[in-house]
Amino acid sequence: MNFDLNENQKMFRDMVRDFATKEIAPIAHSMDVEATMPDDLIAKMRDNGFFGLSFPEKYGGLGVDTLTYSLVVEELAKASAGVCVMITVHNSVGSYPLAMFGTEEVKKRFLPRMAAGEIAAFCVTEPGSGSDAAGLVATAQKDGDHYVLNGSKSFVTNGSRAAFYVILARTPGTTGHKDTHAFIVEKGTSGLTVAKKEDKMGLRCSDTVTIDLDDVRVPADQLLGGEGEGLRIALTALDGGRIGIAFQALGIGQACFEESIKYARIREQFGKTLAAQPVIQNMIADMGTDLEAARMMGYQACWLKDEGRPFTKEAAMAKVMATEAACRAADTAVQIHGGYGYCKEYAVERYYRDVRVTRIYEGTSEIQRLVIARKLLAEY
Amino acid sequence: MQFEFNEQQRMIRDMARDFADREIVPIAAEIDEQEKFPAEVVKKMGELGFMGMNVPEQYGGAGLDTLSYILAMEEISRACASCGVIMSVNNSLVCWPLETYGNDEQKEQWLTPLAKGEKLGAYCLSEPGAGTDAAAQSTTAKKDGDGWIINGMKNFITNGANADILLVFAQADPELKYKGIMAFIVEKEAAGFSLIRKEHKMGLRASDTAQLAFDNVRVPDSQVLGPDGSGFKVAMSTLDGGRIGIAAQALGISGAAYEKALAYSKEREQFGRPICKFQAIQWKIADMATRLHAARLLTYRAAWAKDQGGRYSEESAMAKLFASEASHYITNEAVQIFGGNGYSKEYPVERHFRDAKITEIYEGTSEAQRMVISSMELKK
Repeated sequence: MNFDLNENQKMFRDMVRDFATKEIAPIAHSMDVEATMPDDLIAKMRDNGFFGLSFPEKYGGLGVDTLTYSLVVEELAKASAGVCVMITVHNSVGSYPLAMFGTEEVKKRFLPRMAAGEIAAFCVTEPGSGSDAAGLVATAQKDGDHYVLNGSKSFVTNGSRAAFYVILARTPGTTGHKDTHAFIVEKGTSGLTVAKKEDKMGLRCSDTVTIDLDDVRVPADQLLGGEGEGLRIALTALDGGRIGIAFQALGIGQACFEESIKYARIREQFGKTLAAQPVIQNMIADMGTDLEAARMMGYQACWLKDEGRPFTKEAAMAKVMATEAACRAADTAVQIHGGYGYCKEYAVERYYRDVRVTRIYEGTSEIQRLVIARKLLAEY
Repeated sequence: MQFEFNEQQRMIRDMARDFADREIVPIAAEIDEQEKFPAEVVKKMGELGFMGMNVPEQYGGAGLDTLSYILAMEEISRACASCGVIMSVNNSLVCWPLETYGNDEQKEQWLTPLAKGEKLGAYCLSEPGAGTDAAAQSTTAKKDGDGWIINGMKNFITNGANADILLVFAQADPELKYKGIMAFIVEKEAAGFSLIRKEHKMGLRASDTAQLAFDNVRVPDSQVLGPDGSGFKVAMSTLDGGRIGIAAQALGISGAAYEKALAYSKEREQFGRPICKFQAIQWKIADMATRLHAARLLTYRAAWAKDQGGRYSEESAMAKLFASEASHYITNEAVQIFGGNGYSKEYPVERHFRDAKITEIYEGTSEAQRMVISSMELKK
């Protein structure tokens, strides 16, 4: 075993940390309050290659390994979880399905544009199908050399900024896992509209929308991986996506941890700093230990993925551990800050709201536990 | 990063598992019930090289890395936590300080028989009035010509009634507080040394925990370990490593409880189906496995960090804190999955549940670990 990052990974992490500190952190609060993200920030992230992190250089990407990718995610999340989720959705579930399952022609056609900052979104969830992804009812009817898509997709991250949508739909009249198909659809395709923008508790600078599909005609060559592959593609992308969300949570948790230590050193009560008081010391020890345990699991899941080995169980474990540890850390951070922690003047108030969704999206904690248990029971 | 064991580590783990399954599992319940010290097992562990695993071969040890030792500890503790602690104390708390602070003659004379398993060691730090506050030593050492006279009482000494060689801490100069503490090598034959009593414990019942008296015990200068006044440093640095051993013991106990609960959940039927089909049980399994997995990674990392040569106090405190609390949680859930059977001595999980508790207490309570972790974090 070896628990060190390699030089390249450290360099990349430091570069992103530096970028996030200079370019993102100073505007994180205003982006949250105004529920916006400036175009020039998106442009700078594009120039730094953040939109093509995980796919090969020949398609304009950076082709970094999963561990490096995760370090980037953690650093971005430390500065702004909303900016982070835009990048992770774009990379993991937005572009990854193309990189993994697209034909050479599809890759050449779309990936360089994605790397150039044209944002991707992922449309699986529907009003009636969340954790039960196979319960989706949006339809794809074959019509000559096209498919015609109908239905409604909810909670689509990047939905209003996206240039591309990976969309899951099924053959009309079918149910279950089979007969689901995945498509890559461009913005502006007739019948695809942004219906409603969610007003969310956290991640406010990231857009989450409902996408309506009304007779959207998609050329057959934009089907990913062949007919019936839809759910497999989605679930494979989500396996990797979960590692991303684990590191997003770790980034928020780490920010909570660091802010708490900073505050505890300054704030005095009963004639001494909070840092000198055992109750607060205990809180700090627990935050640090929980986050470190989750980080080790996240690193291991990355390593397994990069080695080409099965990592579904480990990714699910990492997501549960990291998101739940980060939620506890955020709660503790608010508690350490006392009344100030409840005010928007302090960043921990935002962390507390932002972190909550990590236990919900890309598979709730409840789904992760079922995934883990099924794997364990099958292994035994 | 790299998360695989090397050939040697795998071989040691398999050998330990095989030995534990054959020699220890069949007697574990009986020696627990009868509070019987497993002398025969200890002798065989010595022959296998398990009593001085990290000691260089020139001093009779196996010359292995810390991770190999940890893997063996985990396997032995999986069969019987009492055997685990006997092994851990000899390796971590007696052999290690002798190897690290001893001179050549001391290593020749004391370390070699301990590492070979021909003799058994004990670490005598705790006193009736000095537990977590280890510096509050009331045992005294007075200079007497070319030797020292030790007086006092030591409490909760693992292996105390069976040990041949004791590492004893005593205060030589109360004015200097912790800087006045010294470490001595004492033989059980020394005049004035006696066993006061053995504790009757909730768990680890096959391992003896003794109260020992030192009544004008004279030791020559040659049996002082380390420079005068370095005793507290010897004690604390020894515990840094010892904690990784206890973390591994907790992993073994957890692993045993988890594996049994998983197997039972597949066999036990209620409401017409195996209880593993119920989500309530699946969740327990997922949470038990996830915490165990995280605890393993933290423990293996601490072992790795120790072998890197730098400071590893925080890594080892985190591993011990997390692994011991995980073992409490996991063994409790295992009893729950077994239901009424889990409360009965007919099934081994009640022993695991009792054994797990001590890991949160000895070699530094959870509270002490949190103090270590927060002080390291607040110093950064």
